Amino acid sequence: MKHTLTPQRYLILLAVMLTASVGDTLLSHGMSQVGPVTLAHLGLLLVAIRNPWVITGILCLLGFFASYLTALSWADLTFVLPSTAFGYIVVAFLAKFWLHEPITPYRWAGILLIVCGVGFVANGPSLTPHEAQHATEETAPAGEGAVTGGTQ
Amino acid sequence: MIYVSHIHAGPIETWATILTVAATAVAGDVLTAGAMRRIGDLDRIRAKSGLGGAVRAVTSSPMFLLGVLSMAASFFSLLFTLSNVELSLAAPASASLTFLGNAFAAKLFLKENVDRRRWLAALFVCAGVFLLAK
Repeated sequence: MKHTLTPQRYLILLAVMLTASVGDTLLSHGMSQVGPVTLAHLGLLLVAIRNPWVITGILCLLGFFASYLTALSWADLTFVLPSTAFGYIVVAFLAKFWLHEPITPYRWAGILLIVCGVGFVANGPSLTPHEAQHATEETAPAGEGAVTGGTQ
Repeated sequence: MIYVSHIHAGPIETWATILTVAATAVAGDVLTAGAMRRIGDLDRIRAKSGLGGAVRAVTSSPMFLLGVLSMAASFFSLLFTLSNVELSLAAPASASLTFLGNAFAAKLFLKENVDRRRWLAALFVCAGVFLLAK
């Protein structure tokens, strides 16, 4: 099994992780100012997207989307998504210290288990080789191929 | 500033909204991942055709656009959920369920090699979600 992500591609995975968690936290802070949205008051969602915190959150999530799509173009979906798991730690800390949400020991244990679980995936191959990709990789310049996967 | 919580959803409403976020996210992820697989390495396309070429390659894919529609549905479900459920539950729980759903969907639709390592990860995530709900 070879596992050769370039530093630039690790940076893209880092961007996927950070922008998602910061964006979610900004959205949550913005929505706490907007108030509860119910099925009877769905129009509040339009108010929400004019809130500065929600707008900044959306910008962060746009950054997430760009880096996420880039990562998906050279790695499996089941590799890229779990790679974002460390973002849960960022979310937990932001939620606790900025939004002042209580986090129980059970919840901390749950977050820890999720991070451990996705750690398994991060150690594996990031791309399932398909015939069409083999053909593409053969025509690619040496060292450009991100990852060659294989069975465990 | 003191943060005033508006969190008030019951367990059924909490998990129904979280499941909706996850289901629409899985549809969006699988469709966009399938589209990106067809389009090919974006780094290489950008090197050859520039940023505009990469953007055109992505946005001209119907599968990608369908994926974006699903993601938009997921986003508004998330906004709805975040106004009723605590972030530290809603964000990890919906993301974990999305991860589990994606493992099944990626194997089924994208033919990804979801091996023992990835299934084991799914079990850990399940246990994590269970603990998050306590």
